[in-house]
Amino acid sequence: MINMKKILIYIFLSLAAISFLYPFYWMIVASLSPESEIGGLTFLPTEFTLDSYIQMFSKIPLGRALVNSIFVATLTTGGVIVFSSMVGYALSLMEFKGRNIIFYIIIFTMTLPFQITLIPNYITMVKLNLVDTYAALVLPFLLNSFAILLFRQAFIGMPKSLIDAARMDGCSDIRILYQVLFPNIIPTVVIVGILTFMNSWNEVLWALIVIRDENLMTMPQMVTLFSVGGRAESQLGVKLASAVLLALPIMLAYSFFQKYFIQSMASSGLKE
Amino acid sequence: MKKNKWLPYLFVAPYLIHFVVFVAFPVCFSLFLTFHKWNIISPVEFVGTTNYSRMFNDRMFWKAILNTLKFLVIHIPLQLIFALALAEFLNRKIKLQGFYRAAFFLPVIVSGVVVTILWQQLLAFDSGIINRLLVNIGFGKVGWLVDPDIAMGSIAVMATWKNVGLYVILFLVGLQTVPPSYYEAAEIEGASHWQKFRHITLPLINPTIFMVVILSTIGGFSLFIEPYIMTGGGPLNSTLSSVLYIYKQAFQYYHMGYSATLGFFFALLILSVIIIQKKYIETND
Repeated sequence: MINMKKILIYIFLSLAAISFLYPFYWMIVASLSPESEIGGLTFLPTEFTLDSYIQMFSKIPLGRALVNSIFVATLTTGGVIVFSSMVGYALSLMEFKGRNIIFYIIIFTMTLPFQITLIPNYITMVKLNLVDTYAALVLPFLLNSFAILLFRQAFIGMPKSLIDAARMDGCSDIRILYQVLFPNIIPTVVIVGILTFMNSWNEVLWALIVIRDENLMTMPQMVTLFSVGGRAESQLGVKLASAVLLALPIMLAYSFFQKYFIQSMASSGLKE
Repeated sequence: MKKNKWLPYLFVAPYLIHFVVFVAFPVCFSLFLTFHKWNIISPVEFVGTTNYSRMFNDRMFWKAILNTLKFLVIHIPLQLIFALALAEFLNRKIKLQGFYRAAFFLPVIVSGVVVTILWQQLLAFDSGIINRLLVNIGFGKVGWLVDPDIAMGSIAVMATWKNVGLYVILFLVGLQTVPPSYYEAAEIEGASHWQKFRHITLPLINPTIFMVVILSTIGGFSLFIEPYIMTGGGPLNSTLSSVLYIYKQAFQYYHMGYSATLGFFFALLILSVIIIQKKYIETND
């Protein structure tokens, strides 16, 4: 009786796992199949071909978009880690007038829906002549309320003696922050890094708004426009091939750092 | 000890600049725009409350709200039921737990663009694998993305598939905070599995439920790339979402004043819905 129940649970969980994995499997296999076979494909392809990939690369400069995506996501992630940790440090370990006000502003900013700032931010980009620049993709994301709060939390948890000792040795605040404290909060840095990189990598609405020049497009934007616009010429294979290449980098990173991905995302849900 | 009085301000300066440029100014400017007509190129023109009256008389605007509600009504219960069920099963002594968790989580990390392109093929009318399966077992084809009555539901199911893994993890965290002694006490009283779940688990994971409802609500109001790629808002505007409508007003017609009004209103709507949900869920248990 108990075993029966257990088996049912395993069946349920396995069906769920298949429903999450199979579509990705199908997508990869379909992108490697001849165009005419995709309509009938269920499990195994009849023949492998790189045709869809070759055609796709002849239609769009996806390699260039990959470089753009890596550049933008890396720059954003680096910026968020540097700037947010500085603010988090000031809010937790420095005394100054207005500290609480800034803290409340950060909390307030987190609850503000992005719909309200979307259009004005676009106009700011137009007025600053930043449309069609990398800066437009990076600047608005360089500071992040949630990252600041995570760093603040991490610094509050640091032993006071460690900071006092460093002060005695004549360390400046910058050195305390980056040389003394940073090595002790690596988990927080990893969480902020993964979340920021992933969000930046997957951001597409903002890119669609501020980038029109194909040479500056990030991967998700280019794949989106390729899929929506006429250039895929309603060929499934090439669309799927571009989608596979868009998914691949994050999937690879996920397969190595799976635990950290899950931890980071779980902590991002625990905002309250 | 010498102390630099200005140093803390130097540390928070990047944030303050960022806040002024990308949060404070846009919020004020957004309010300003709601009373003006502007296409960026020609001069700004004051139009009083025209944008507001236009919005309340705009059938597309109401359609977008209705579509979002439709999405939420399907998405939130599905999300809660599946995430709770999967988390509850995963929380038992299960082999391969890590594998299951990793599998459920995969769609969460992958770009919505990928998921949408993939599902567009799975749900395709003629060649889609789901319709082929239905035909094989003797049913007719379903117009998942071409039938105006079904399309938004299809997108809601897809969004659930994409996000449920995250909520499984959140519920798992929640479930692990329930002290085992509570269950042991209930067992001594002879409580059934369901009774334990209903009277111990549910009340204790109420904060997680609240969070899932709120995050799903925000997700529903932020829906953009899915209809943008899959349906373009069609058929018959049945999948036109709030953000897609803002986007169209701003970047197809260059109605900056009107689209800012839409954005302003949707933001207020999101905040009020969340406040109502908070009240309701907190008094419910």
